[in-house]
Amino acid sequence: MTAADPAPALYDCRDAYAATIEEIAAADERVVVVCSDSVGSSKLVGFKRRFPERLVNVGIAEQAMVGIAAGLANGGKLPFVSAASCFLTARGLEQLKVDLAYTNANVTVCGMSPGVAYGELGPTHHSIEDIAWLRAIDNLVILVPADPLETAQALRAAAGHEGPVFVRVSRMAVPAVHEPGYEFRIGRASRLTEGRDVTVIANGTMVSRALEAARLLAADGIAARVLAMPTVRPLDLDEVAAAVEETGAIVTVEEHSVRGGLGGAVAEAVVAMRPVPVRILGFPGFAPTGSASWLLSRFRLTGEGVREAALDVLARKQP
Amino acid sequence: MTVTASGRSPGRIGRSLPRGERVRRLAEASRLIRRQNLAMVRSAGLGHIGGDFSATDIVVTLLLAVLDIDPTDPAYPERDRFVLSKGHSSGVLYATLASCGFFDPDLLGDYMKPMSPLGGHPDRTKVPGVEANTGPLGHGLPIAVGMAIAGTLDGSARRTFCLVGDGELQEGSNWEALLAGSHHGLEHLTVVVDRNGLQQGAPTEETSRLEPLADKARAFGWGVAETDGHDHGALLDLFEQLPAEPGKPTFVIAHTHKGHPVSFMRDRAEWHHRVPSPDEVATALRELS
Repeated sequence: MTAADPAPALYDCRDAYAATIEEIAAADERVVVVCSDSVGSSKLVGFKRRFPERLVNVGIAEQAMVGIAAGLANGGKLPFVSAASCFLTARGLEQLKVDLAYTNANVTVCGMSPGVAYGELGPTHHSIEDIAWLRAIDNLVILVPADPLETAQALRAAAGHEGPVFVRVSRMAVPAVHEPGYEFRIGRASRLTEGRDVTVIANGTMVSRALEAARLLAADGIAARVLAMPTVRPLDLDEVAAAVEETGAIVTVEEHSVRGGLGGAVAEAVVAMRPVPVRILGFPGFAPTGSASWLLSRFRLTGEGVREAALDVLARKQP
Repeated sequence: MTVTASGRSPGRIGRSLPRGERVRRLAEASRLIRRQNLAMVRSAGLGHIGGDFSATDIVVTLLLAVLDIDPTDPAYPERDRFVLSKGHSSGVLYATLASCGFFDPDLLGDYMKPMSPLGGHPDRTKVPGVEANTGPLGHGLPIAVGMAIAGTLDGSARRTFCLVGDGELQEGSNWEALLAGSHHGLEHLTVVVDRNGLQQGAPTEETSRLEPLADKARAFGWGVAETDGHDHGALLDLFEQLPAEPGKPTFVIAHTHKGHPVSFMRDRAEWHHRVPSPDEVATALRELS
C-alpha cells in the first residue's frame, strides 16, 4: 500500500452473518434461529422483524439453547444457534458434544464475537479457548472465516452440510481479504500469496495481518506464502504438506489461545509428516483488560509480530 | 453395525381394543419386557436394572399404547416423539422398542457387547426408534422442548414425551427447559418424572431435596398431574387426557419404586446398577412369571 491509497474499508462480520441468515431463511422455511438473549449482539433485529415466529429466544440459558436446537433439528427444522462464543461453547459444551456432534444433528452453531472481541470486559468474556474445546469433539466441522465474503459463504456451506458445523463470526472490524470471485469450500485452504521461503497459516481476523507480514517480509527479500485456513477441522492436510515440503518453515496465527487451536492442529499434522520449525502465535494465557486492537498489539498479533516469528523460523529452518 | 427395522411386531395395543383388554396386555408386555431386561443385564454383566424396572410400566404404556409411531417407518415426520432422558435405562427402552417391532428381539442378547448397536446408552444413529442420544443427565428435556417447538411451528398436534429420572432434576438444564416449555405454551409436550425417590447412592431428599416438586413445576408454569407409575390403567387414562391444563405443558409425577416389583430389589438404592447373580435372576424370574 502506498501513502496515496485510501484506508481499506473495514467490516464487522456480524453484518454479513445477519444478511446471510435472512437470505437463507427467505429461501428455506425450515430455517430457525435459536439464541440466548442475544438478538442485539447477534444482529438479529432484522431477522426478528422478518421472521418473528422463527426466532427462538430461550433467554440466558446456553445449555437449553443447544438442546432445543437439537430437538428442532429432530423436528425437521434447520436451526442456526447464535450467541456469544465464550458462553455458548463453555456453558453448552456437553450439549455440543452429545446433542449435536454425537447425535449428528443438522445444526449450525454460530459463535459470535469470539477471541478478544470483548477486550475490555476481560477473560470472562474472551473466547480464546473455544476452538481448542471444540476441536477435541468428533464429527464437528469448525469454520473460522476471515472477512464478510467468507463468512457469508461459510454459513451457506454450513446450511448445506449434513451434520453439525461451528462457525466463528468475528466482531472486530476486518478488511476484505478475499477477491469477489473467491469460492469457499469446507476443508479447503487458499493461498493468498505465493512464496517458497516460509508459510504463514492464518484464519479469522488474523488473515489480514498475515498479509501485512508478507508485505513486510517482501521488503526483507523473503517470499512468504500466506495460507488462509478457514476450516480448522477437517484441516486441509494437502496444503499443510505443501507448506512443509515447499517452504520448510511455518508460522500460525489466530485470535485464540496458543494451545489447541489452529496452531495445535497444524503442529499435530506437521509432526506426523516431516517436522519443520513451527511458531504458534496467539494468546499465551488469560489476557489483561484492554480493547481488542490494543490486546492484539500487546501480544504481537500484528504484521510486525508475524514477521518477527517468520524470521525466527527461517533462522531455524533446515537448509 | 446399525440395526435395521424388523417386521416382527407383536402388534400395538391400540384404542380399538376395550380399555380392560389394553390394560391386561400392557401388564403382560411389562412382565415380558422385565424378563428380557433381566436376561440382558445378566448377559452383559452391566446395566441399571433398578431404574429400568421403575420406568418399565411408563415406557411400555407410552410406546405400545399411546404414541403414534411406526416401526416400518421410524422417521416419518408426523410421528410422536419419545425422549428417554435417563439414558442409562437403555435396557427397558431397547426391550420395548423390540416389542414394538423396531428391530429383532434376538438382538437384545447383544446388549453392551463389543460393537453392539445396543450400547449402554441409546444412539439414534444406530437404533431405529431412538430419538435422542442421551446419557449425560439433564439433556432430554431441552431436546424435547425443541421437538415441541418444531411441532408448534408446523401447526402440528404431534406429541412429545420426555421421561426424566427424579435425581436427574438436580441438573440445572432441566429448569432452563421448564422455563422455555411454559414460556412457549407447549401443550403437546409432557414430561414424566420417574419419581422412585432414589438416585445412585441415596434418596433424593437426603441428597439435594426436590420436594415440594409439584409446587415447583406449577410455579414454573406447567400443568401438573400425579399418578401411580406402575398402574397401566392410570397411566393410560392420564396420557389420553392430556394436557393437564389447556395451553400449558404437562409435568407428570409418576410415583414409582426402584426395582419394582422384584421383592429383593424394590426401593433399594444398591440396585441402581447392581448386576443380579444367577440365583437372584432365577428368583426374580419366578416373581415375574
